[in-house]
Amino acid sequence: MRKIFGNTLAVLALSLATAPLVQAADLKVGLVLTLSGPPGALGKQAQDGFNLAVETLGGSLGGANTTVVVADDELKPDVALTRVKSLLERDEVDIVVGTIFSNMLAAIYKPVIKADKILISPNAGPSTFAGKKCHPNFFVTSYQNNQNFEALGKYAQDNGIKRVFMLAPNYQAGRDSMNGFKKHFQGEIADEVFTPLGHKDFSAQIAQIATSKADAVFTFMPGGMGVRFVKQFDAAGLSDKMTFLSAFTVDETTLPAQKDAAVGLFGAGTWAPDFDLDRSKAFVANFEAKYGYVPGSYAMQAYDAALLIDSAVSAVGGDVSDKAGLKAALKAAKFDSMRGTFKFNNNQYPIQDFYLLNIAKRADGKYQTEIAEKVLENSGDSFAAECKM
Amino acid sequence: MSLFLVQSLNGLQFGILLFLIAAGLTLVFGVMGFINLAHGVQYMIGAYLTFMFFQWTANFFVALLLGLIVALAIGLACEILIFRHLYARDHLDQVLATFGIILFVNEAVKVIWGPSSLILPPPDILSWSFEIIDGLQYPVYRLAVIAVGIAVAIGLYLAVFKTRVGMLIRAGATHPEMVSALGVDIKRLFMIVFGFGAMLAGFAGAIAAPMFSLEPNMGDDLLITVFVVIIIGGIGSIRGAFIAAVLVGFLDTLGRAVATDLLKLVFDPSAANQIGPALSSMLIYILMAAILFFKPEGLFPARGAA
Repeated sequence: MRKIFGNTLAVLALSLATAPLVQAADLKVGLVLTLSGPPGALGKQAQDGFNLAVETLGGSLGGANTTVVVADDELKPDVALTRVKSLLERDEVDIVVGTIFSNMLAAIYKPVIKADKILISPNAGPSTFAGKKCHPNFFVTSYQNNQNFEALGKYAQDNGIKRVFMLAPNYQAGRDSMNGFKKHFQGEIADEVFTPLGHKDFSAQIAQIATSKADAVFTFMPGGMGVRFVKQFDAAGLSDKMTFLSAFTVDETTLPAQKDAAVGLFGAGTWAPDFDLDRSKAFVANFEAKYGYVPGSYAMQAYDAALLIDSAVSAVGGDVSDKAGLKAALKAAKFDSMRGTFKFNNNQYPIQDFYLLNIAKRADGKYQTEIAEKVLENSGDSFAAECKM
Repeated sequence: MSLFLVQSLNGLQFGILLFLIAAGLTLVFGVMGFINLAHGVQYMIGAYLTFMFFQWTANFFVALLLGLIVALAIGLACEILIFRHLYARDHLDQVLATFGIILFVNEAVKVIWGPSSLILPPPDILSWSFEIIDGLQYPVYRLAVIAVGIAVAIGLYLAVFKTRVGMLIRAGATHPEMVSALGVDIKRLFMIVFGFGAMLAGFAGAIAAPMFSLEPNMGDDLLITVFVVIIIGGIGSIRGAFIAAVLVGFLDTLGRAVATDLLKLVFDPSAANQIGPALSSMLIYILMAAILFFKPEGLFPARGAA
């Protein structure tokens, strides 16, 4: 009874709200992002990136009048599940864009797919849904998680690095990062060290690194861990002595705190704010003008996700109820990506180039990642072969 | 061998930091029988206040001093407004109330300073380093932290054992009714102990900030380790807290440094890599369990000893 009453109210409210705009089709997009706690900085980038795209396109994606509903998953699977159910059932969104973290994606994947809605991940790219469990309703605009690490391993292998010290947090993604690195790297591993998640004082590990006689250190230390590790690594005078190869450790979310300590270190990615493409430069300039900070890959991937939706909705003439047409148009990915050309693999994860990134201090005193060199060209992930699509 | 020395130094420095937080907590717990989960919040407040004053004054030492004064004021205000009303209550009520404070303050810090990690640079005079072993620079700031920590420990020891207030604190820990009956204002004594403990935790946060980073929730995971310290040391005992803090600092740091390597002698490397990190995280709890088994009241029970 309450539900019927609620629905009637909603219909009433909706008809009132949309009464003057009978012509334009409507599109509702739900964003599920991590916005609380220290990792909230990543979600904030994605949220701002997505909103910027909608705003730039005049509030409509593909000609459909677009409403964006934002939900914070708080980096808790149960919260993510509740929020996504509310997006699907109460807000009745057509497309869900999320998440930042892979374990959050695992939580929202099933309900969204079950409701036969489109799910687009602007960041998380777990191996779980790239292989056998790939699905026609699921798209990724970022990368498959392992690829950044594979690129670093390739770089190390091709550039005469003989001995590597590996350091990562002790959880699944940390172990995956090391395996990704080892895919192309054939050299010697000085040691593999795992720290607890959220580790504070890296002095013990840094002493191990200093005495390991390694040419390079490979690490994956997202968020605050990366800030602390990079500061302490630099303070120990190791930045000049060995190559620092990392992913998700020195990026636009951590650089404002790391500052000069990160200059000279390397990251890996598919894009950087200095990417040599006019529309990408315009995006960076608009983003900074509006939000006052440098956009990182998180913002770019969400921006691309919005452009992808724009292209697909426009292809079906704004009729989002045409599910088959919408999926085909999404898969075709006919949009102007900030990364140049954009193409989906058979598992609907992108095929793209990976770069080594270095850290630069700009003339205005802010810090950003910059493209150093291309490492992998038109690279698909290692799991696509298992996907039967 | 030289690597072992460096790791020992790292362990000592971690232990000193733990001691500064544990000192206040063990007194509050021992003297008042009050479980204050929000003690970690004081650590965070100290760090953020110093950061804020540093932005205004651009002088680390001035910022530290101002940060300590305000941290003390906040500690006293909390005592008067909130904690005072909880002393007579059940431990569960205290846990609930102080847990609520954690949630509130963490959220407030996030609103004021944002969720991202922040960096407080060490003072210029201490921001150099020297080559401690071949290829490794050791920041002088960390040595300064050790020196300051030891000085504070000695100061506290003298304050507790050689002054009148210290004597009252020790007496209050074991015989609060008797002390009260002798005409001592036990309420004021508690307030002093509490404010001072909060300030020490804030001091720990402020001097830790240049080594680590500032972020909301920064005190929460340390708090668990600090509880281990005060339980090992004996609740209410300053001497116990110091020895236990150094012990835990050493064990934790050296455990992380060598556990995996030692296991590699017995297991194959991949198994050692699985077990090592898990085991080294457990070491301090194993130590606590072992000590509680043989000495249920900790190494230095406060009874008459403080």
